[in-house]
Amino acid sequence: MNALRAFWNRVRLFYESWPPLLRRLFVPALLVLFFILALVLPQAGVLNLYQQQVLIYVGINIILAASLNLVNGYMGEFSVGHAGFMAVGAYVASILTVWAFPRWGLGEYIPYLFPVALLLGGAAAGLTGLVVAFPSFRTRGDYLAIVTLAWNMIVKSVLENIDAIGGPRGFMGMQKLTTVAWVYVWVVVTIYLLRNLVYSNYGRGILSIREDEIASSLVSVDTRKVKITTFVVASFFAGIAGGLFAHIIQFINPRSFSILKSTDVLVMVYLGGIGSLGGSILGATVYTVLLELLRPLQVWRWVVGPLLLVLLMIFRPRGIMGMREWRFLVPREERSQAIASIKEHIRRKREAAAPVPVGGSSD
Amino acid sequence: MQGLIQQVLNALQLGSVYALIALGYTMVYGIITLINFAHGDIFMVSTYVAFFVGTAVISRALHLPGIVVFILTMLATMFATALLAVLIERFAYKPLRQAPRVSAVITALGVGLFLENFTLATIGPDPRFLPKFFPVVTFTWSGVAFSNIQIIIIAVSAVVMLLLDTIVRRTMVGMAMRAVSWDKFTAPLMGVPVDRIISITFALGASIAAIGGMLFGMVYTIDPYMGIRIGWWAFISAVVGGIGNIRGAMLGGFILGFVEIFTPVILPASTYRDFVAFSLLLVLLVFRPYGILGRPVAQKV
Repeated sequence: MNALRAFWNRVRLFYESWPPLLRRLFVPALLVLFFILALVLPQAGVLNLYQQQVLIYVGINIILAASLNLVNGYMGEFSVGHAGFMAVGAYVASILTVWAFPRWGLGEYIPYLFPVALLLGGAAAGLTGLVVAFPSFRTRGDYLAIVTLAWNMIVKSVLENIDAIGGPRGFMGMQKLTTVAWVYVWVVVTIYLLRNLVYSNYGRGILSIREDEIASSLVSVDTRKVKITTFVVASFFAGIAGGLFAHIIQFINPRSFSILKSTDVLVMVYLGGIGSLGGSILGATVYTVLLELLRPLQVWRWVVGPLLLVLLMIFRPRGIMGMREWRFLVPREERSQAIASIKEHIRRKREAAAPVPVGGSSD
Repeated sequence: MQGLIQQVLNALQLGSVYALIALGYTMVYGIITLINFAHGDIFMVSTYVAFFVGTAVISRALHLPGIVVFILTMLATMFATALLAVLIERFAYKPLRQAPRVSAVITALGVGLFLENFTLATIGPDPRFLPKFFPVVTFTWSGVAFSNIQIIIIAVSAVVMLLLDTIVRRTMVGMAMRAVSWDKFTAPLMGVPVDRIISITFALGASIAAIGGMLFGMVYTIDPYMGIRIGWWAFISAVVGGIGNIRGAMLGGFILGFVEIFTPVILPASTYRDFVAFSLLLVLLVFRPYGILGRPVAQKV
């Protein structure tokens, strides 16, 4: 562990020694490189279909976890119904690509219109986010958790009862439009936008609601507006993830979006750590890959997730990252401040832990 | 008219099972303000315990009368389920008592999923029937048909609820439970053993759920995922009545029983029942978050 840390420190020193322009371009260049890889590797046959699918699931789960983290981690509410919003996005996007676009004579452009379908699906999901946002004015904590849960159940029940879109039998006919490159683009967009939101002035409002809602309203944070924005943004991205999900498995039914799915996303968020986008990326990746690796265990692998969640809550409730953030996810002008505040925090902790010398100070 | 009475009887039968399970949710919430999402799955496990114990006792061919087998199975099921709940409390919830509330709720969700998937992995997904303790006798009284099973379910539930109400209101344990729920910081100063009272609450809630599980299993099939639906419905019952309030849970259980039975009568299909129940919950939470019998809690600044 120490060797790893020493190695990491050397890498960082090396990075710091670069000229500023190079450092500034480093992360964007890396992102572009990954995009090219995401485009080329599946085409070149380096990744087989199964590996591509796992990568796509990882990406979708990152979007889900990061958006849920906005509500559960940054705003400090407890939403248990993320799959409900995902379902709305999945169904709207699928209906658009399967029925609406061909009917409007756009059948041949569907691969190009895919992002439009996703955006509209996300928008529909975002609108339904209001259903949860309005009760959140009056209720908090446990009761709001119940509201989000009820919402998830209602969405599932409504979908089961609309016979036109297949009811409990599900909806199919989607083309396989979700590719590794598309998912990659959406992940980058999601993380980028969420990062900007969290570190904006508006984002301060979100954080202040987590710390103390009444106090934040006293310093003129419009808590209602902030809550509406947060829920709508989070559900928007859940809807996008739903659309991507529908166009990779090419078959959706209401049961895919049950409370089990929501719990999966919760595990990812809390595994990665609340209040950390890097944590969500890590949590979603680790959880998805872990479940794939455990495939040989068959039914038993479904025992692992819940068990992991319980053990995590007892022994490391902060998750992997726990309120820390990857450096490149922190805006430039925040970094020195953030690092200073973390150093200050560590210093205070050490001081508190150090034994007080008996008989006054020595100096 | 006969049809209506018939439906009311069905609603009472279902409602009493919901009420029995809702009591577990409400008692635990009342005492440590934890939504014990695993309770529905504890109920599910109890039906499996009843299945195995009941089958074992009957297959011994001791020629015991049905009522004795029934009571024996019920006692064994209650004991095993209570033990399970106490173990869950001890190993999953107790370490988190000082942690943020959300941690405990997530743990409860995890424990519930664990119980479901563990049962699925060990016992398998096939639905099963509880062994028949009594021959089913159907009575017809001026056009209304009802069975002895139905009467047993309603009667046993009524007795259990009265008993619980008496325990909570009239005994020392009940007084201690109310004390902990009222003020968990002062109660230990008055000599109330808080940890033991919390364990007793879990055991009591689980054994009542076990009774509900046995009664439920006498009428319906059991499977590893039944705890989700029944559990959620019982949970809605607890919230509708006012979570933390024991009489509210009983009332809520019967309301939800009526919702389930009368939804197909009014709406085109029984598949709307989840929609109706959860919409009821949503509307209630927005306008009266503390439930029908609950009291609003002022937020301290």
